[in-house]
Amino acid sequence: MYTEISLENLRENKLPHIWCAGCGNGIVLGAILRAIERSKIDKDKIVFVSGIGCAGRSSGYVNFNTLHTLHGRPLAFATGIKLANPDLHVIVATGDGDLAAIGGNHFIHTAKRNIDMTVIVFNNFTYGMTGGQVSPTTPDKAYTTTTPFGEIEEPMDISYLAVASGATYVARETIASPFVLEKYILNGIMHKGFSLIEAVSSCVTEFGRRNKLEDPAIYIKWLKDKSIPYSKTNALSVKDGIVVGEFINVEKEEFTEKYYEMVKKVRNEERD
Amino acid sequence: MKEVVISGNEAIAYGAIYAGCRFFAGYPITPSTDLAEKMSYLLPLNGGVFIQMEDELGSISAIIGASLAGKKAMTATSGPGFSLMQEGLGFASYSEIPIVVADIERVGPSTGIPTYPSQGDVMQTRWGTHGSHPVIVFYPSSVYESYKLTVEAFNYSEKYRTPVILLSDEVIGHMREKVRLVEDLPVIERLKPNVSKEEYLPFDSRYDVPPIANFGEGYRFHITGLTHDETGFPTSDPEKAETLIERLHRKIYKNMDDIGKFEAFYTEDAEYLIISYGATARGAKDAVIELRRKGIKVGLFRPITIWPSLELPLREIADGKKVFVFEMNLGQYVLEVERILKRDVVFFGKENGELITPEEMESCIQKSL
Repeated sequence: MYTEISLENLRENKLPHIWCAGCGNGIVLGAILRAIERSKIDKDKIVFVSGIGCAGRSSGYVNFNTLHTLHGRPLAFATGIKLANPDLHVIVATGDGDLAAIGGNHFIHTAKRNIDMTVIVFNNFTYGMTGGQVSPTTPDKAYTTTTPFGEIEEPMDISYLAVASGATYVARETIASPFVLEKYILNGIMHKGFSLIEAVSSCVTEFGRRNKLEDPAIYIKWLKDKSIPYSKTNALSVKDGIVVGEFINVEKEEFTEKYYEMVKKVRNEERD
Repeated sequence: MKEVVISGNEAIAYGAIYAGCRFFAGYPITPSTDLAEKMSYLLPLNGGVFIQMEDELGSISAIIGASLAGKKAMTATSGPGFSLMQEGLGFASYSEIPIVVADIERVGPSTGIPTYPSQGDVMQTRWGTHGSHPVIVFYPSSVYESYKLTVEAFNYSEKYRTPVILLSDEVIGHMREKVRLVEDLPVIERLKPNVSKEEYLPFDSRYDVPPIANFGEGYRFHITGLTHDETGFPTSDPEKAETLIERLHRKIYKNMDDIGKFEAFYTEDAEYLIISYGATARGAKDAVIELRRKGIKVGLFRPITIWPSLELPLREIADGKKVFVFEMNLGQYVLEVERILKRDVVFFGKENGELITPEEMESCIQKSL
């Protein structure tokens, strides 16, 4: 089944977007918009929150309630929104630097609370907007503007960290399989609790240029070739490969509901 | 009307609930912690939300989100935590989101002396962020005033669509006084748009303070910390950037008659004028009374609105008087006094965790007679 992106959900006067030619972020945003369309949720009740960086600019292009926050803080803003008004559906678009580096603390704590929101992390292994510096997910030995002799830190696995932190829905897919990505995002939106979808994207201009991946098609093929289905590995994280699939999908008490149940309980007790 | 014996910090919590605050996100830090603890108890009982966040950056971000979703929201912190909140404060100021931040000062710099008082955050409240934006800061001097100014802080934040900072110190925060929690104070709500969804401009420059919709009410709009135009979308047009920053300044400075609060104590016939605020002003009152008993005509000017500066009243009241500034730091508000009066003043300050005693003030004044 193919879902059209509804033009109503795009702010056409804000297009074209600022992403470079060949960038994979448009594929991710397309998957998000199709998933939202399929979810059938009331568009007025969607709050689309983003942080800073290439992925962060996505909130300007989509026609919902949108909030472009500070670097690393979108999950904390989103927590305030969801807790203040649980009727709102909160969708967060963030990047690998935004979520895992400067926002790392908010990331693990928001997952721990299992607060109902859907986080889509555009992971392109680099800081694209600032010109291609190293990120927590930059692969071993890769060249960036701040690792001119090759990266020597081990990369961080965002999905692995999300599972470990208490997220109740976690999936990863690359832009080489946009419809699978769309399905995971839809699952995340329909899931009650903290869901994180790691969308492995491409950055030809900054990361690709320095790592023999300057051709967008070759970049996508590289992502496809490196992809290993979770069913074949049974390990969430492997060296030199991208494990893709649904890693966790469990039901657990959701924070906002738990909070308001407590409020109801203590207010009733007070009246007795 | 309840009569209670409570601390200044607890009074802020009661004031917040009275003003309609239904969201608190914070991170514990001495000497502000009992405020958060009180809110963790009062908010659920009043149908509101308390959340202890992972840090101060998260705390201020969460209250901005909550305010956008329609709840009156606040946080509380002290110096080091307040430093971490500066990026959020700049965001709330630029994108005009009403929030209240209580900063209960401790000795600094850095982690300083957590349990001792200081007034070392005066300049941080004004200049802690980057860029040029105004800020409203109130400074209570008693437990009752902590209550009342909290209600007003929420009112001003909603009325002017801006963050309001309640600056207090360890002494005011932790001392207990008997107070009447009066319930006839006005409560102001934010101005909501009454135009169609298509016509709504979240930063409509025809208003000094544009009406603000809540997320989820059908007005789909964009909020960003980037320089934005009337529509809320980013722009780098210098003219639009200027229109925005000018309006931010205008909406505050044009209304100084409304925002500016102070107390003038025995100033009419005074030859000598003490300028002092917060806990220090309490000692200053004793000094005024004692010196008057000795026949020295001293008065006290106590700024309650710390920022923006009370330029006109200060100039008027200080006219022809020898001015003394006492504060628990090594010279912050005094810089503003000198700037406004355009003359030298006598300064006495310390930041060692001790209050300035009335005797110290008296001898400082007597020495320079």
